Amino acid sequence: MQTTILYIGRDTEITTVMNRLLNARPEWKGICVCSDNEAISLCKEQHIDLVLLGNGIDAECEKVLRAKLTGIKPGLKIIQHYGGGSGLLYGEIMSAIN
Amino acid sequence: MSQFILHKENTRGHANHGWLDAHHSFSFANYYNPERMHFGVLRVLNDDSIDGGMGFGSHPHDNMEIITIPLAGAIAHKDSMGNSAVIKNGEIQVMSAGTGVSHSEFNANADEQLNLLQIWLFPNKKNVTPRYDQQTLDVAARHNNFQQILSPNTDDAGVWIHQDAWFSLGEFDEGFETEYKIKKAGNGVYAFVINGEVTINGQVLGKRDGLGIWDTDSISFKANTAGAEVLLMDVPMELN
Repeated sequence: MQTTILYIGRDTEITTVMNRLLNARPEWKGICVCSDNEAISLCKEQHIDLVLLGNGIDAECEKVLRAKLTGIKPGLKIIQHYGGGSGLLYGEIMSAIN
Repeated sequence: MSQFILHKENTRGHANHGWLDAHHSFSFANYYNPERMHFGVLRVLNDDSIDGGMGFGSHPHDNMEIITIPLAGAIAHKDSMGNSAVIKNGEIQVMSAGTGVSHSEFNANADEQLNLLQIWLFPNKKNVTPRYDQQTLDVAARHNNFQQILSPNTDDAGVWIHQDAWFSLGEFDEGFETEYKIKKAGNGVYAFVINGEVTINGQVLGKRDGLGIWDTDSISFKANTAGAEVLLMDVPMELN
């Protein structure tokens, strides 16, 4: 069973890399966006297991995002993705979903 | 009462990719150990050996303080901020990834192995403007002395980062004893033995062993072998 992971970041290059990394593993399905509104719409439309907050999301945007996403899906796991690449990704996701 | 955690060299994560032989003190890439996620804000301590001419092509980072210390050989660095540099043994490089930066890292020599420590700390502030710095260290100043090579202060010895962390390197004669005072209340120290054998707070450590100590304001140190080299990472224990 695939874990569906929504990544939200501001840097398009990093977001592209994250899309590749998340979809490289058969057990993960990655959806990567730079827009908060797009993320909120996606959260309304489909099943999401985990949200990764990536680069450039300021504290106010993060607060609003967390409130809106958990308002749509109560209990949704939302974590910060640090490092912008593959180094910490597997550990962060494993810790979150286990 | 001080607390400690011991990471013996042979318990580290290991990945041999042929051109890259990597040992991970904490979970990294495909090495996942829930018991080894971080020591305070110290998240990554990688001990990488890279074949001549090989390395990591351009890849992005964000929101991480990345410190590179070459132990042998030299590394060629290029980044999206326009920096292009070679960093060799005796130098230190720091990059605040902040809002996002891309860089490549290659062994600068075709015929020499590169061994480096790459250390990642969680920053104390997210989304800072990316920055890069490198410094040549006075290697002689670390003889029988913990030489500060990194701090949070722009006007202090060594490079600076966005975190209340201090790094020190020392190379010691056999039998040399000293005490290290932790720089900030609430910080702990992760000691990593680069070479030789030492005793820290009664724990005997060999080459590439790591020892994390917290809930104390100082640690005792003794070099058991000549030329023992140790890196001390004095870091906040609370994640921001």
